[in-house]
Amino acid sequence: MNKMVLIGGVAVAAVIAVGAYLLLDKDGDGSETVAASEDVPSFGITIENHLFSPAELEVPAGQKVKLVVKNLDPTPEEFESHELGREKVIAGNSEGVIFIGPLEAGTYPYFGEFNEDTAQGKIIAK
Amino acid sequence: MLATLLIVFREVIEAALVLSIVAAATRGVAERNRWLAIGVGSGLLGAVIVAAFAGKISQSLEGAGQEIFNASVLFLAVIMLGWHNVWMGRHGRELAMEMNTVGREVTAGTRPLYAVAIAVGVAILREGSEVVLFLYGIASTGVGESSLLLGGLGGLVLGAALGFALYKGLINLSTRLLFSVTSWLILLLAAGMAATGAKYLVQAGILPSLGAALWDTSWLLDDGSVLGQMVHVLIGYTARPLPVQIIFYLVTLVVIGGMMKAFGGSGAPKKTIAA
Repeated sequence: MNKMVLIGGVAVAAVIAVGAYLLLDKDGDGSETVAASEDVPSFGITIENHLFSPAELEVPAGQKVKLVVKNLDPTPEEFESHELGREKVIAGNSEGVIFIGPLEAGTYPYFGEFNEDTAQGKIIAK
Repeated sequence: MLATLLIVFREVIEAALVLSIVAAATRGVAERNRWLAIGVGSGLLGAVIVAAFAGKISQSLEGAGQEIFNASVLFLAVIMLGWHNVWMGRHGRELAMEMNTVGREVTAGTRPLYAVAIAVGVAILREGSEVVLFLYGIASTGVGESSLLLGGLGGLVLGAALGFALYKGLINLSTRLLFSVTSWLILLLAAGMAATGAKYLVQAGILPSLGAALWDTSWLLDDGSVLGQMVHVLIGYTARPLPVQIIFYLVTLVVIGGMMKAFGGSGAPKKTIAA
């Protein structure tokens, strides 16, 4: 019985991973997920020299928004925001996708946890 | 150095709190140290591996690899902790009786220690990989090695000390109280993990948030503060919970709690029997 539960637990985790892969692997271009295939506006943020650019980004309020964070630094950075409720590590010379929203109109600060003194930014939902 | 210390400390306490609660819950059980050591060891090894493959993981599954990986290990931990709790609920009474006689050797043999070892292992793997990535990143920038080392070690020591303090506090409870307190703590740990896993899936655009955050108690206790982080691990607190997170939290409580009741009756040993 114990073995079965262990196998079951691992199987559930595997099912989640596989299921997500199948869910996502729909488009040939590989840039959109099925969940977000109907107009989710996409915005880019760049990390360079431990600075976010643009430092202030305006996004539409009240709907899901896709952020594509490109890390041009060779070292990893963790995009984090308590107001947005998001945290993601972006490896050096890589990019990451983070979905935010729907947000109420307002200003949402975020920071790079690994370089907090310089990596600061704001998302402004209008 | 202080910044390094704080960052490492915050990641370490998340894993340390899980480890202390599990260690307290399995106190006195034969082979417990071996299993926990296996959990910790594999977690550390896994953390280094995950950090090394961070870029690949992140880019996989169309950019959602990191979130899916995090959510999967969290849900795996939820299942492992839930299973342990249900097992304890079922055998709690027998254990209480045996504790005063033969000792726990008999039921310890069938107790799913591997389950909690896995839960501990994935907690260390998740937090550890972030620490490794962070330290690697800092080391690459050529920041003074001694500052990096001191900060990292300081954060590790402080985090471990906090976990140890919790452990000590728990094992000072009476056996009967220890049993029910750790059962509840593990239940809340699991519910919090489920809610956190849900949040990762929302971040990846896979799960709908079902609306904006239901409330904002950051004025009362902020997610970023050390206390906020501890309460987050212990009971799953978050200042701005998404509706879908609350659903995952409650469902986990109900499912695991329900199974504990269904399979274990009242669970905790009665006063008279334990006497």
